[in-house]
Amino acid sequence: MSKQTSFFRSISRLYPHVRPIIPRLLLGLLSALLASVVALTIPQVLRVLVNTALQPGGAPEAVWTSAGAILLLGAAEAVLVALRRQFVINPATTVETRMRVSLYDHLQELTVSFHDRWGSGQLLSRAMTDLNFLRRWMAFGAIMLVVTTLTVVIGIVAMFTMSWQLALIFLAAAVPITINSFRFRTRFSKVARRSQDQAGDLATTVEESVHGIRVLKAFGRSREALETFNEQAEELRQTEIAKARHQATFTMVVTLLPELALGAGLVVGIMLCASGQLSIGALVAFFATAAVIASPVEFSGMLLAMALTAKTAVDRHYEVMDTQNTITSPAEPRHPGELAGALHFNNATFAFEDAPDKPILRDITLDIRPGETMALVGITGSGKSALIQLVPRLYDVTSGAITIDGVDIRDFEVEELRRIVAVAFEDTTLFSNSVRDNVLLGAPVRTEEVLEEALDVAQAHFSYSLPQGVDTLIGEEGLSLSGGQRQRIALARAIAARPRVLVLDDPLSALDVHTEELVEARLREVLKYTTTLIVAHRPSTVALADRVALLEDGRITAVGTHTELLASNQHYRYVIASLDSEPRDLDSELSALEDQAEEVTR
Amino acid sequence: MSTATFGTANEDNAHLSKSDSRAVRRRSLALLGSLIRPVRVRFWLTIAMVVLSQAARVAGPALIAFGIDHALPALRTGDNVPLVFTGVAYLLAAIATAGLTALYVISTARLSQAMLLDLRVRVFRHTQRLSLEFHEKYTSGRIIARQTSDLEALRELLDSGVSSLASGMLFMAFTAATIFALDWRSGLLVLAAGVPMFFLSRWYQKHSQIAFRESRVVSARLIVHFVETMTGIRAVKAFRKEKENSETYGKLAEDYRLVTVRSINLNGIFQPGLVLIGNVCVAVVLLVGGFRVLGGGLAVGVLLALILSTKRFFQPVDQMAMFYNSFQSAQAALEKVSGLLEEVPTVLPPKNPVSLPAAKGSVDFNDVEFRYGDGPLVVPRLDLHIPAGQTVALVGQTGAGKSTLAKLIARFYDVTSGTLTLDGVDLRELATADLRRNIVMVTQEAFLFSGSVADNIALGRPEASRDEIEEAAKAVGAHDFILELPEGYDTDVNKRGGRVSSGQRQLISFARAFLARPAVLILDEATSSLDIPSERLVQAGLARLLAGTESARRTALIIAHRLSTVETADRVLVVHDGRIVEDGTPEELIGGGGRFADLHGAWKDSLV
Ligand SMILES: Nc1ncnc2c1ncn2[C@@H]1O[C@H](COP(=O)(O)OP(=O)(O)OP(=O)(O)O)[C@@H](O)[C@H]1O
Ligand SMILES: Nc1ncnc2c1ncn2[C@@H]1O[C@H](COP(=O)(O)OP(=O)(O)OP(=O)(O)O)[C@@H](O)[C@H]1O
Ligand SMILES: [Mg+2]
Ligand SMILES: [Mg+2]
Repeated sequence: MSKQTSFFRSISRLYPHVRPIIPRLLLGLLSALLASVVALTIPQVLRVLVNTALQPGGAPEAVWTSAGAILLLGAAEAVLVALRRQFVINPATTVETRMRVSLYDHLQELTVSFHDRWGSGQLLSRAMTDLNFLRRWMAFGAIMLVVTTLTVVIGIVAMFTMSWQLALIFLAAAVPITINSFRFRTRFSKVARRSQDQAGDLATTVEESVHGIRVLKAFGRSREALETFNEQAEELRQTEIAKARHQATFTMVVTLLPELALGAGLVVGIMLCASGQLSIGALVAFFATAAVIASPVEFSGMLLAMALTAKTAVDRHYEVMDTQNTITSPAEPRHPGELAGALHFNNATFAFEDAPDKPILRDITLDIRPGETMALVGITGSGKSALIQLVPRLYDVTSGAITIDGVDIRDFEVEELRRIVAVAFEDTTLFSNSVRDNVLLGAPVRTEEVLEEALDVAQAHFSYSLPQGVDTLIGEEGLSLSGGQRQRIALARAIAARPRVLVLDDPLSALDVHTEELVEARLREVLKYTTTLIVAHRPSTVALADRVALLEDGRITAVGTHTELLASNQHYRYVIASLDSEPRDLDSELSALEDQAEEVTR
Repeated sequence: MSTATFGTANEDNAHLSKSDSRAVRRRSLALLGSLIRPVRVRFWLTIAMVVLSQAARVAGPALIAFGIDHALPALRTGDNVPLVFTGVAYLLAAIATAGLTALYVISTARLSQAMLLDLRVRVFRHTQRLSLEFHEKYTSGRIIARQTSDLEALRELLDSGVSSLASGMLFMAFTAATIFALDWRSGLLVLAAGVPMFFLSRWYQKHSQIAFRESRVVSARLIVHFVETMTGIRAVKAFRKEKENSETYGKLAEDYRLVTVRSINLNGIFQPGLVLIGNVCVAVVLLVGGFRVLGGGLAVGVLLALILSTKRFFQPVDQMAMFYNSFQSAQAALEKVSGLLEEVPTVLPPKNPVSLPAAKGSVDFNDVEFRYGDGPLVVPRLDLHIPAGQTVALVGQTGAGKSTLAKLIARFYDVTSGTLTLDGVDLRELATADLRRNIVMVTQEAFLFSGSVADNIALGRPEASRDEIEEAAKAVGAHDFILELPEGYDTDVNKRGGRVSSGQRQLISFARAFLARPAVLILDEATSSLDIPSERLVQAGLARLLAGTESARRTALIIAHRLSTVETADRVLVVHDGRIVEDGTPEELIGGGGRFADLHGAWKDSLV
């Protein structure tokens, strides 16, 4: 949890968003003030009217005019109430929407490592609940806070004109209230923040439980998932109740203290009256005014709580907005004279943010010539995917550099770079769109031919026999596909992008041998003109490549053709060759395990 | 009830026909009722506290009046007892007011939080119960929308609604009684104001209902899009989908704004409308009363009191409008939530569950046919007997229906016709706990939950000790890499297991299954992302697991494209278009020269 900032510092961050609508907010405020003034005047006017114009035997016109006057004032009140909303609603919702969209845009900009850290529920609660609340506060809470404060101030001034002694007694209550409000502020802010965070976590849990529903069902663990959820929801409930408790305490203070002061005022006032220092009229007027400001004072507990919640909403919003995007286009982007697609790793080192002292990749130096296909081989967890994601700058190298045609990829405009480089990830992500839109997502030209070719290369002909052909909606909101079908669509997407540099992360893992052969045969033609880096776990995939790079302990330990490496490199044989017998230099523990397993099998 | 609006069907339609609209409203109110029922005592208690605190509040002005009218003259005559009495009484009233107010603030929170917790858990439990078929079309985003923004609407109602409604009603009733006591004719006039108010409310209800429904629909869309973007952020970035997304989101956000503005504007007519009606009523009372005063039929003082009371009578109307507004909003939200809760799982738990504590593991397909929903037949007519203890490999082209068969055995779906039995017991009659204990499936996508590695493995058997967890990890060859993680078994794998590589995710998922030790184990390409050495380790572990106890081997169904796993199977089934086209031992099939021999040859070739 971030440290607490002051209320005004937080709220003032809204200023740039709010500035254009300040005039309308002020008008809204004015309407609100006028409305309450009118509401307060109506009884006074009535009193005067009744006492003067309406007497038995008086003129009927007087009745008509009084009724007319009251009607007019009444209509004015209604109009002012309506106006207040009219002035404020549109601008407030505009600010809300603008903040929402800018949050979304910023989130899209932020790096993948940011998204690795943040649960989507946390982000969602910021985008929806927090901003909704902020809008309501701007349109209602903030205005009422001002109106209430003004009412109370005016009321107290009026009370002073009636009797300074009594007013002083009343004002004395303000001191403990102020002290208490400080305490309330710190305490309440803390729980408010906690509750908002917990609500976000709860949303994350919901999301995970839905995305992981297959696993939960496969193991019959719905009950455990429910228990976890229940615990979390219960925590949130506790926090909310703690919040209510703070608010109740404060409400009690702001209700009790003014009333106590008034009680004292009543006794003193009566004594003052008895001794003739105060007129009864003044005493009555004093208490009438006190009655008017009593409810705003009580209301202040709620308004203050609202303001504090709004403050934490602002804090949470800017926590994300203040996160700098570290992967940005340079001020003066460069561009290679002619794009050939030579990919070069130059002492590239990479460490994930959460383990900066343990680089996953160290001093990677690798040269991939234009049009060449390089396979990347290494054991599970050796950092192949990490390396591949460096190329489209989903992560940035920690030190060293990667260049395309001699230009550091950090000198490219990011969008340009990602146009040059296309990726097929190991976990296929399809969007809720038609097959066509999914495949043509990164394509420079979105024509039928490109689509057909990409689907053909990836052997995704099945798309044509889906219910609505290539216009069938797939992805989360659409038709579910089999694992291999998904993978082929993702592969087609990378191909349709017609990149200069193609990076494929184990793109054939879910395909059967036959389909794999077909894909490879077609892929070979495409790859002839494209620089390709392809992660491979099988010899069959390696066969696509001109050369192979072996990743071991975070370094490239060997580069050569498949046959060369097979002949010369022990580790390579270990990783890729399934026919060879087990090398004997394995960890003793592992081979022991194997032996044991074999025994059991026998 | 009409089927058009049953469950979540037609959820995105805000303009329902009259009868449909009534049906969903009824459903939503029923849900609200069922939420209140368990906490009704607290509900009434809260209302009682509101009423009492209002009563204590009224005592204040009365005491002031008493003080001025009685204590002051008494004091002038030297008697200070009434003054002391007034002071003390005022003090007590103040304490009572403040205490009761604080109490009802807390009590309201308890009430609303209890109801929210209840609903949250209900929705969660229900979504867990619903079948995959439902989840495949409903999307996680929508469920999140139901769990967050819809619940938020209910919360708003509960937090402010109860007290404002109770105190408002009480106040109005009290004031109305005063007015009637003063002059029944004016009282009737005040009541007459109820007629236009009623019509205004009807108008408001009709229009706001649509606006609020739309608002629920649009906000769900907004959330679905948001969640999809954030989940697929890598692909979004790599394929530069940001601009397109931003446009879509901007449009959705603007739609959301417009419907919010519409609903607020409706309230912006409704609420001032009520104020206006109230004020007109005051004017009418003045007019009528004024003439009677002129005619001498009414005392001026009474008129003054009447008018002031009338004015006061309409004061809580503001609050009531606000209440009605949040009520409408909450109702629209509950319409959606109740729709979700109304959905019936297509894979139902058995009515009379047959228990099968220790299954042997023989699986039989008898005349099974299967299709997804109302799609084409994926599995046409299948008869298959898998004896207990057999290791069966399923091979075939992608999209052939291998995973489908596996998912049928795991009862993710129910067969469309025919029967599927475990040890002779129809899966549909098998007790769910026994089914899940006996049949475990490692799915094609290795999904990890955020939480520690140990927790993720323990999902296989929650009561397992740390030793057993480590044992399982060792058995599949995951132990070493886990120890290398910063906090070993306690390392948080981040959301969706993003902290570990995809091969490592598969190992962890595999360890889960290992820990579960089911009678029937289904592996759907559980090793597709593994390198060959790890795959070999997994196979060794698998062999050990399948050997099981001395008396009984475990049944296994292995789907793999890499035939190294398949070679060791007792039996190979080749699936094509949902049919089993070849069936035999690996040696037989290789010798037979059919599809499998073909595949196998191709695979052998691919190894060098
Ligand atoms: N949830 C679903 N709803 C509708 N159709 C589906 C669903 N899942 C799969 N299908 C379709 O059913 C057919 C068989 O799919 P299945 O997942 O069983 O294939 P598979 O043999 O496992 O393929 P792969 O090797 O690619 O995983 C495919 O045509 C697929 O598109
Ligand atoms: N976000 C992350 N933060 C910290 N460490 C990570 C993160 N993601 C992965 N790692 C670690 O970095 C290492 C390399 O992961 P990577 O995904 O690149 O492996 P890989 O070679 O692609 O493996 P596989 O063949 O299983 O896909 C792994 O040991 C993993 O635990
Ligand atoms: Mg990887
Ligand atoms: Mg499959």
